[in-house]
Amino acid sequence: MVCWDPRIEEMPKEELRRMQYKLLKSLVYRLYSFSPFYHDRMKEQKVHPDDIRELADVRKLPFMFKRDLRDNYPDRIFTASQEELVRYHVSSGTTGKPTVVGYTQNDIDLWTTSLARALTSAGLGRGDVIQVSYGYGLFTGGLGMHYGAERIGATVLPTSVGNTERQIELMQDLRATAIACTPSYLLHIGEVAEKMGISIKKDTELRTGILGAEPWTEGMRNRMQDWLGIKAYDIYGTSELSGPMFTECTEQKGFHLWSDIALAEIIDPKTEEPLEPGEKGELTITILRKEALPMIRYRIGDITSMEDSTCPCGRTHPRINRITGRVDDMLIIRGINVFPSQVEYALMAIPEVGQHFQIVVERKGALDDMLVRVELNKEFSFDKITDLMQVRQTVEHRIRNSLNVNADVELVEPGSLPRYEGKSKKVVDKRLM
Amino acid sequence: METKNFIIRQISIFSENRPGRLAAIAHALGEENINILAFSIAEANGFGVVRALVDHPEKAHEKLQSLGFNIAFTDVIAVKMKDQPGGLYEVAKVLGDAGINIEYSYAYSGKEGAVLILRVDQVEDAIKKIRNSGATLLERSVFH
Repeated sequence: MVCWDPRIEEMPKEELRRMQYKLLKSLVYRLYSFSPFYHDRMKEQKVHPDDIRELADVRKLPFMFKRDLRDNYPDRIFTASQEELVRYHVSSGTTGKPTVVGYTQNDIDLWTTSLARALTSAGLGRGDVIQVSYGYGLFTGGLGMHYGAERIGATVLPTSVGNTERQIELMQDLRATAIACTPSYLLHIGEVAEKMGISIKKDTELRTGILGAEPWTEGMRNRMQDWLGIKAYDIYGTSELSGPMFTECTEQKGFHLWSDIALAEIIDPKTEEPLEPGEKGELTITILRKEALPMIRYRIGDITSMEDSTCPCGRTHPRINRITGRVDDMLIIRGINVFPSQVEYALMAIPEVGQHFQIVVERKGALDDMLVRVELNKEFSFDKITDLMQVRQTVEHRIRNSLNVNADVELVEPGSLPRYEGKSKKVVDKRLM
Repeated sequence: METKNFIIRQISIFSENRPGRLAAIAHALGEENINILAFSIAEANGFGVVRALVDHPEKAHEKLQSLGFNIAFTDVIAVKMKDQPGGLYEVAKVLGDAGINIEYSYAYSGKEGAVLILRVDQVEDAIKKIRNSGATLLERSVFH
């Protein structure tokens, strides 16, 4: 195993926890003393820095939410002056007002270090050509990956998103060995390449995908690995934490959350009580060493579970399992919680259908009506109506088993559903329109 | 004559049931200068299968597949009928008496006279039985 920083990555868990406690303690003192926002929050919660006497006392601290950043737009809760900042990123306002994140030089370095460790753990390094097909600009994905990839000595091919045919030509001509993008964009690249008569598996050097910015599943991973001949790794992060920061190691068993950078808790989103390792709940992160925009107990809204055992790779830092949904893109259909990832999971087991689907929810009378539109896999062909009806029935059956909700299924032609270069929008909720 | 000379390659195309889909298929075939000799649409709730006999099935397959359609080759046979009252009965009786089960069928009336196109489950067996019964099968070379 190759480590970027073996001293930290293989540090005994006890030492890591002691380090986390010290970092948390000094963070809380600093914020209580210098940040009016955090000071007021802690007062409201009736907690003083002296109350933090062990790591578990993090639970006494107030939560933060995305709305705290929105309400204080653009920079009212920053704890560094503009002169100290070296960069801004701005998150898209698709789900509300945009949020602004500021970075000091140390913040950028910390982010880059986190990614350097992560990319190394995914088997990348000097000699690799990493195609960065995340958007460059206000979005954190492009520039974040760019800095991380340069730090490990890889060669960066900064293609950003869009102009897919050119991306594929450059991938071939410059012999890209890895690509970083959303899983849905990599699917799109694979499809466009096939139309151009190029097999990613046979005609390119690509062997690693660093995929994230939207939830995906193990089924999708297996399918992409087989189809494209790559190892596909999950990457995690949000702009509020800096950007993409953590990836899986070559064991592909959840992403390593560096304990000297972040303190993770999994809580029950309703009771706000901590959950045991392995139990599924809402991921809550405290970034221990951030200067311009510290985040304490930040409720990202992602649903997942945590493993605290030492990874087979030897790294001692806890692992966060695949994100299975978001607290806010959870659909409630006839009172039952439904995540789009469950639909994807159900579909991946049926070879006759492709990777692309769309969920349409409507209210018919007093009842919610869920329609799943599924593209047929273009590798399959059909002559008999009864065969097609059988496929539709199988899809309906698997969705019902996986979701406990009845859904109507519509089979559609390959390539007919919308494709997205960034985050895909798999749900059309007409109840909200 | 060998039975395989009577096996005709039909193309079957999955299509959503919405306006313009048949036009998209027909336009693609027209662009490739492919002539459609016979065709039918089978429909279910929300989707259908367009089946056609064309003069260049391989070319049609390649073109439609490149456009992203789900397209299949299916073996069918074509039985000649008299283009007059009772013509279908004559052929249908032969098939019934020979114990041949039809999965689906469609017909056209053109320069070969009236023709019944059949999809059966045991195609080679059906060809033998139909030929023994005295009915006339059209050879593949009539179509492509």
